[in-house]
Amino acid sequence: MNYALFLGCTIPARSRNYEMSARRVAEKVGLSLVDVEEFVCCGFPAKNSDREFSETLGGYNLALAQQRGMDICVLCSSCASALTETAHRLSSDPRARDRVNGRIAAAGLRYDGDVRVRHFARLLLEDVAPETITSRCERDLTDLRVAVHYGCHYLKPSEIYDGFDDVEAPDSVEALLRLAGVDVVDYPSKKMCCGGPVLPVDEKLALAVAHEKLTQLRDAGAEALCLVCPFCSVMYDGNQKGIESEFDESYGLPVLYLTQILGLAMGFGRKELGLNMNVVKTKKLLARYFE
Amino acid sequence: MKRIDLDAADPGFAEALASQPGGERIAACFMCRTCVASCPISAVDRRFHPLRIIRLALYGLKQEVLASDFIWLCSSCYACQERCPQGVKISDFMTLLKNLAVKEGHVPRGIRAQLDLIREHGRIYPIDDFDNKKRNKAGLPSLPTSCDVVAKLA
Repeated sequence: MNYALFLGCTIPARSRNYEMSARRVAEKVGLSLVDVEEFVCCGFPAKNSDREFSETLGGYNLALAQQRGMDICVLCSSCASALTETAHRLSSDPRARDRVNGRIAAAGLRYDGDVRVRHFARLLLEDVAPETITSRCERDLTDLRVAVHYGCHYLKPSEIYDGFDDVEAPDSVEALLRLAGVDVVDYPSKKMCCGGPVLPVDEKLALAVAHEKLTQLRDAGAEALCLVCPFCSVMYDGNQKGIESEFDESYGLPVLYLTQILGLAMGFGRKELGLNMNVVKTKKLLARYFE
Repeated sequence: MKRIDLDAADPGFAEALASQPGGERIAACFMCRTCVASCPISAVDRRFHPLRIIRLALYGLKQEVLASDFIWLCSSCYACQERCPQGVKISDFMTLLKNLAVKEGHVPRGIRAQLDLIREHGRIYPIDDFDNKKRNKAGLPSLPTSCDVVAKLA
C-alpha cells in the first residue's frame, strides 16, 4: 500500500536527518511513501491564532491525499495531531466540512472525509509485521541504553487517536525499540512535554521545561534520547547547549530520532541516517558500531 | 496577587464561551486542581495556572483573560485535558481563548510571525534554493520554493 508522505514545515528544512532515516527504514520494511509536492503547513502553528484557517489548511492537505486515493503518513507529531483532529472534525461535523470545502474549492479540491492520518511509528506497529522488523535488524544494539520521550501530540488528545497506545502508560515507541533489540531505560518524567510550543512566546520558560527532563535523563543513566517529533528535537537537541549554559549544567546527551536508531539496527551507515547532522554529536556514542 | 474587580465582569462571557468548541464543559469545573498538578508549565512558572484562567472566565472577567499574556504560556500538551475528572476540555478551551484574544488584537509577536509566514509561504520554514541544494546532497527530493495556493484559501 502507498502512503502520502506528509513532511510538514520543520522536517524538510531543519530535520533532514529524520527524513533521510525514515525513508531508509520505510524502504527496508516495505512501506511505500509517495511525495506530494503540493502539501502545505498542517495547520498546527495557526491553530492558536485562527482555528478555522488551521482547519482549512488541514482540509486542503487531506483533500490532496484523497485525490490520490492514499492515507497519510506523518513524521511530525504536531502534524499528526493537527491533521488527525481536522480529519475527525471534517468527518463528524458537516458544517465544518462545508465551510472548508467552500474554501478549498478555490484550489479545485473537495474533501469527503475518509483519509486516515497516522504517524510513521504507528504505521510500523500496525501495518508492518513485527517479524519483518526483527528480520531486517542485523546490528546488535543490546548495549545501547536509550530513553524515550513520547512528546504530547503523538498520543494526545487521545479522543482523536482511536485507542492507539495509552496516554498514561505509553509503550509503542519502546515496543519498536525492543524489536530492534535496544536496551530501553525508564525515567520519571517520560510523559512530560518538551516545552516547544512556548518557545515563540517565552524562550526562557520553554528552556526551563526541557531542563527538567534532561536532568532526569542524565540521572537515569540514559546514553541517548529517542524522539518521534522534530519540535521536540528543537528543544532537546538544538537547544541543549543553550540549556546547559542557562542552567549551568552539563549533559552532552545525544538525541536521536526513532528512525535513526531503527536504521542503525538495520545496518545503515552514519551518513545514510544523517547521524552526522544531529546537533549534539553522536560519533562517540556510536563509535562502538563503526570501528 | 492582583485583586479582581467583579464590577468589570461581562455576565454573558461564560455563556458565550460555553457555546463554542472547547468551552462546552467549563462550568463543570469543581476546582480539584488536577490540571495545575499535571501542568508542565505551572511546574516551572506559577504565572501559568489553568484553574485560575477557568475561574476568571467563569466570573466573566473577559479583559483580564484575553488581554493577559499568560494564556499564551499554555503549551497545548493536553496533560490537563486527559486527566480532568469533570471532562473539561482544558487545552481546547485555551485554544478558544487564544483565538478570541487574537480577534481582540492581543497576539504575541512570535505567534503572529508564524501566521504571516504560513499565509505568505504555506509553511513556517520557507524552502529556498539553498535548502533544496542541501536536500539533494542528502539524497532528498526538491520542494517548491513558492506557494500561491494559501492566499486563495485564506
